[in-house]
Amino acid sequence: MEKIQVKICAGTACFVMGAPQIQALEFSMPEDLVDKIEVTEVRCMNHCSQGKGYNKGPFVEINGEVVEEATMEKVLTKIRDLIAKEEEEKC
Amino acid sequence: MLIPKNYANQMRSRILVKVVESFYKDRFESADEIPIEMRPKDYDSSRCCIYKDRAILKYRMMAAMGFTPQEETNEAKQLRDYGKDALKRQNHAKSCLAVIDIACSACVKSQYMVTDACRGCFARPCVMNCPKQAISIVNGRSHINPDLCVSCGKCLEVCPYHAVVKLPVPCEEACPVGAIRKDEHGVEHINEEICISCGKCLQSCPFGAIVERSQLVDVLNLIHNTDKKVVAMLAPAVVGQFPFEIGQVVGALKKIGFDDVVEVAAGADVTSKNEAAEFIERMKEGKNFMTTSCCPAYFRAAEVHIPELKPFVSNTKTPMYYTAEMLKKEQPDCVSVFVGPCLAKRTEAEYDPNVDYVLTFEEIGAMFVGAGVEIGDCEPAQFAKVSSAQGRNYPLSGGVAGAVGNLVDGQVDFRPERIDGLSKENIKLLKKYATKGSENNMIEVMCCEGGCVAGPGCIALAKKAARQVETYVAQGTNQKDMK
Repeated sequence: MEKIQVKICAGTACFVMGAPQIQALEFSMPEDLVDKIEVTEVRCMNHCSQGKGYNKGPFVEINGEVVEEATMEKVLTKIRDLIAKEEEEKC
Repeated sequence: MLIPKNYANQMRSRILVKVVESFYKDRFESADEIPIEMRPKDYDSSRCCIYKDRAILKYRMMAAMGFTPQEETNEAKQLRDYGKDALKRQNHAKSCLAVIDIACSACVKSQYMVTDACRGCFARPCVMNCPKQAISIVNGRSHINPDLCVSCGKCLEVCPYHAVVKLPVPCEEACPVGAIRKDEHGVEHINEEICISCGKCLQSCPFGAIVERSQLVDVLNLIHNTDKKVVAMLAPAVVGQFPFEIGQVVGALKKIGFDDVVEVAAGADVTSKNEAAEFIERMKEGKNFMTTSCCPAYFRAAEVHIPELKPFVSNTKTPMYYTAEMLKKEQPDCVSVFVGPCLAKRTEAEYDPNVDYVLTFEEIGAMFVGAGVEIGDCEPAQFAKVSSAQGRNYPLSGGVAGAVGNLVDGQVDFRPERIDGLSKENIKLLKKYATKGSENNMIEVMCCEGGCVAGPGCIALAKKAARQVETYVAQGTNQKDMK
């Protein structure tokens, strides 16, 4: 299975709005996700300038899907949903 | 315990951004809409209801404008008017930490509780060992009488079923000097007389009930509504606070209106030099040990809470002091703004005539966002003075002692020890050193565990910031090789 790509926006606005708190994933990943996700810090993905506004930040992209006002909780839920979906498709 | 990632500190950043945005939009004319905008009618409230959320948001915004909740004399006074008052004031209000009383959930007072795991055993070591006879058997189980309990913790130690738990009050547990206490209603209050402004209570409160008077609006006002030359003095911990090259951060600060930016690491080099000379002199005089003095929270803790340690604390001034002194010598008419990770620096600045204002990295970050500045798009700018590798290493635990040791360079015996984090236990340890002597002769004390990169005014993850500081240190020249 290909790794799920977790891109954490590290543009100025997302960073100030709380992206570092999600970056904690880089240091301590939940055991069930260790081999399944790849976390990267990326430059501004322009979600803030494309109508959503920085107030909806921090933005995180998970396999291309955007999570707004991202928190660790929201990001982990999204990742686990995706994994469950992929496993379902395999069956 | 400090909570590194949570909603409460995310909310603090958001509020700061909103205040900056409101300043730019209409000089706070429509500031009263913000709590409503953040908690609209159909929003899931974080507390009992959105109305309480909004009321608390108002107090948070007041703090961001430089007013504590205790300064409220007229409940009907609007944020707009607080904003106007903030823009009118000539001198910023004295820094202080304060509790939003309606946000404080009044955590239970009794520190120990018997859980359902209690089997009501025959041995009953809890009853036997309680020094205050506070434990009795009620309905076949141990029960602690909160009026008699003195929170010694003996019952927890002796219970064979681990049925006793400790219910901490997070702010009281985090405060190393006992400066935060409950009133008769269970609400916490901070005793300013003995508070060391370290900010641990603010970091640890799970309800985000503790706020601090910000000087953000004062600085915005100076930049945009006066002709004064405003200069930012960037603390070395800045490296790693924003995921960009340090030069671009300097460029971004100029873009939001700072006339000049100087590096406090250059002042750190002066501290290292003076502190090394002082250390050598003290050791030759036969002193047992010396402690560093650049952490302002520790400096104040020694003054107020560990007086026996005072003779051992270095008299050398902090990097902020030397940086501001150099700056005011070169540009006597400028307004100096220290930008750092630290809340205690605000208190230090009260006693330093050369430091006019103090902001945190979080507040600077809010200024970037509120002004719509993307650091990544800014032209990199350079610092006028180049700092040494050792000066750059100050924000990491071990950095200050390392810089001093580098210059002591074998002239006298140098045995460093780190006190990484000013906890209650470490205060006891320091007291012991002061009265009974210490094996090591250079004690570096940093109030925040991990060093300044873990300060309460930081944005980035401490671990990640520390790595970036290490890279920046590696690019610097040894102070010994600098002219």
